[in-house]
Amino acid sequence: MASGVVLLLLIATVALGPFIWPVAINDIDFAAKLQGPSWAHPLGTDDLGQDLLARLIYGGRISLAVGLAAMVVAVVVGVVVGALAGMSAGWVDAALMWLTDLFLALPLLPLLLLLMYLFRDHFKRLFGVEGGAFILIVVVIGGLRWMQVARLVRAQFLSLREKEFVEAARALGASKLRLVVGHILPNALGPVIVAGTIDVAAAIIAESTLSFLGLGFPSDIPTWGSVLRDAKDYLDIAPHWALFPGAAIFLAVITINFMGDGLRDALDPRRVL
Amino acid sequence: MAEPLLDIRGLKTWFKTDDGMVRAVDGVDLHIDRGETLGVVGESGCGKTVTARSVLKLIDMPPGRFEAGQILWQGRDLIPLDDAEMNKIRAREIAIIFQEPMTSLNPVYTVGDQIAEVIELHQKLSRKQAMVGAADMLKLVNIPNPERRVHDYPHQFSGGMRQRVMIAMALSCQPKLLIADEPTTALDVTIQAQILELMQEMKERFGMAIMLITHAMGVVAETTQRVVVMYAGKVVEEASVEALFGDPRHPYTQGLIRSIPRVDRSAGRQARLESIPGTVPSLLDPPPGCRFAARCRYVMPACTQAIPPLKEVAPGHKVACIL
Amino acid sequence: MSRQYVIRKILIMIPSLLGISLVLFTVLAMAPGDPFEELATNPAVPPEVRAALRAKFGLDDPVWTRYLHWLAAMLQGDWGFSFVSRMDVDKLILQRLPVTLIVIGSSQIIAILVALPVGVLAATRPYSLFDQVANTLAFVGFSLPTFFTGLLFILVFSIQLDWLPFVYRANIDATGWQFYWEHIKQSIMPVMVLGLFQGASLVRFVRSSVLDVIKLDYVTTARSKGIGERKVITKHVVRNALIPVVTLVALQLPIVFGGAIVTEQIFRVPGIGSLLISAMLANDTPVVMAVTFVIACLVVFFNLLADIIYGWLDPRISYR
Repeated sequence: MASGVVLLLLIATVALGPFIWPVAINDIDFAAKLQGPSWAHPLGTDDLGQDLLARLIYGGRISLAVGLAAMVVAVVVGVVVGALAGMSAGWVDAALMWLTDLFLALPLLPLLLLLMYLFRDHFKRLFGVEGGAFILIVVVIGGLRWMQVARLVRAQFLSLREKEFVEAARALGASKLRLVVGHILPNALGPVIVAGTIDVAAAIIAESTLSFLGLGFPSDIPTWGSVLRDAKDYLDIAPHWALFPGAAIFLAVITINFMGDGLRDALDPRRVL
Repeated sequence: MAEPLLDIRGLKTWFKTDDGMVRAVDGVDLHIDRGETLGVVGESGCGKTVTARSVLKLIDMPPGRFEAGQILWQGRDLIPLDDAEMNKIRAREIAIIFQEPMTSLNPVYTVGDQIAEVIELHQKLSRKQAMVGAADMLKLVNIPNPERRVHDYPHQFSGGMRQRVMIAMALSCQPKLLIADEPTTALDVTIQAQILELMQEMKERFGMAIMLITHAMGVVAETTQRVVVMYAGKVVEEASVEALFGDPRHPYTQGLIRSIPRVDRSAGRQARLESIPGTVPSLLDPPPGCRFAARCRYVMPACTQAIPPLKEVAPGHKVACIL
Repeated sequence: MSRQYVIRKILIMIPSLLGISLVLFTVLAMAPGDPFEELATNPAVPPEVRAALRAKFGLDDPVWTRYLHWLAAMLQGDWGFSFVSRMDVDKLILQRLPVTLIVIGSSQIIAILVALPVGVLAATRPYSLFDQVANTLAFVGFSLPTFFTGLLFILVFSIQLDWLPFVYRANIDATGWQFYWEHIKQSIMPVMVLGLFQGASLVRFVRSSVLDVIKLDYVTTARSKGIGERKVITKHVVRNALIPVVTLVALQLPIVFGGAIVTEQIFRVPGIGSLLISAMLANDTPVVMAVTFVIACLVVFFNLLADIIYGWLDPRISYR
């Protein structure tokens, strides 16, 4: 419960922050560089004297938006793949599950990095610096995290397909699509919501990791990861610079994970994996 | 009369749950003499299994706890004993076999390993000697090729064979009492007879006592000398087999006996199989008075007032009923 | 364990490896533009080398033949030439691989050494104070991203306490015990960061698995033998509880390698992870492709290892 409150506070800060703290993210002030927390700069400044609070609010919007959008991509792909596999059985099912297992065995981060590396410039050209990075990151993270959802949905299909109410609906002449949308998907919802929640946290970590390694958002767009990347060389003289974005990531991730855990206990006491 | 081997007095084993205290065993008295076979019968959930496991203190605590009573093993109360002292009694003096032979053996060790473990511990033998002992035990329970099969894993045995392995394991230290908790319930009918026969044979060989827990009245009639009938955590009747089947006093016992299918009735009349209406009451908040009252055909107002005590109605025949 | 089981598991590796190579190649082929485009503007690359490369990778052939050519070249160990490091890619990787394997291996050992006793102890006393503390710490542990833990470790142990060096040096000018001590000292932080992260999720796996096993019938059987609670747990519960844990650990392997890349980058450990990042930042495509492929192969290989451990733990599997 406490985690829900903290998460809501975090979201509110990030969403409403710019109205309460209307400081530009790129006001350079060399006179005030690398300062610790003060009234003028509650979270201190970086090496260019830019205000960290403003940058972290801005970065939080990006990180949370990436997390949510990537989760949506993952869930959509996962539900489609899982539903197709669960419905069709036979070789289609086998092939889709082989693909799912293959994706599960792929090393996620190297592949993420590889895709970012190969496609970054192209997307920048197509959608602009920020938009390109955003779309690419969301698609890539979501496109590599759908497997869990696909498995859950398929497992639900297999177990629910035989249950009486589905039999009854089938006997009443419901079409296949209607069965899926009306009967099976709502039942698969619980575990998928749990997996989706945890996916948000994982996507936030993935985005921060990419930005931290210099292959996500460019450092002139402050995300929690890219701020941390800039800060890591000043750990000895300006530890606050690294601590605040790190703490922000940690708080977001742990509260979302806690919520996922709570949801799992609430929705599904006998875990399906 | 000589001191009984095992004497359970007023045992109460309760379980704490989210909904309240479940009185699984609520004041049980029973005893077993040396070398005898005692049958403990009753429907599922009447506390037979909890009673059996209480004797070896195999109850998880918490949530379970001994609320009252004594478990006298050769005159010594087991309830205050700690785990180390209990471990000297487990397997060596009292052994137990369970209902599910498919799940009561550890799947990742060979059966030889699991039998030898007991022998090694209690008879202070080397592993090698213990393995020889394990093979001997397998031979004793009529498992073919015992020297080879000690190296097999449980999944390579059938259900009946696994129960034989369990018996071999239980008997490997020649205990004075074997508690058999529904040993044949999970098995095919033909196998059931074989296992019961084997237990009989082993009993004659080692002279141990057996506490046979079952819900099958037929099994009781065939294999035991004395019977305790349990209902909703309490003993309702205790008698010799002859007395119990010839002159059942408690309405519940009568119901149990009527529910046995019979084929020896006169040919023209169709044998009618009777069942006892209703179900066992919740042990969470048991009703005051006789717990069978709600299902009893002879129920009268006094039945719901107080719990009838176990009274001796004939030598060795006790009943908890006001009738 | 039967030999057939191991052989079958090895054979199953082949389609996985082919699948991974296919995915990697697809990614490469789908990439916009010419992956060797930048070589055209790089004055350090002579035109004939570029032409040779284009011919070798058959950039003008149909996709299918290009894949087979590429695969054949990878299989022969012909992984191309790094223009940044000015050496063959396979040699470069072989140089960096041992460090990565040591870091990952020792962090896994740390993770198991921490997680196994903690998880088992927590499960045998469910909802006790110890269980709650362990659970909370585990939750915090796997919610902390490795790059942040790494920076925190540097901040505390290098900058504040000045106990450990935060930059990994490949050549230490010391001999004898001093040499090994320096090596251990500079490995402590990367190994701990990775090990504790992995250990945190492992604790939860072990705990829930032990909780599942501990209520099974054969555990009661073991207790009825009078062998003592400690031996019941260590002999009869732990081995069975580890069976599902091994599967989960295998599923976690890709994450471990991801963590290794980050950790190597933070502490500048000269392994293949930091090689991957620096190659990406320097647009060194042959190295990028090769390292990604090697990491993917390592994941498959460790999965094989997990399968073999699984078969060893569970006789029902390997006898089938």
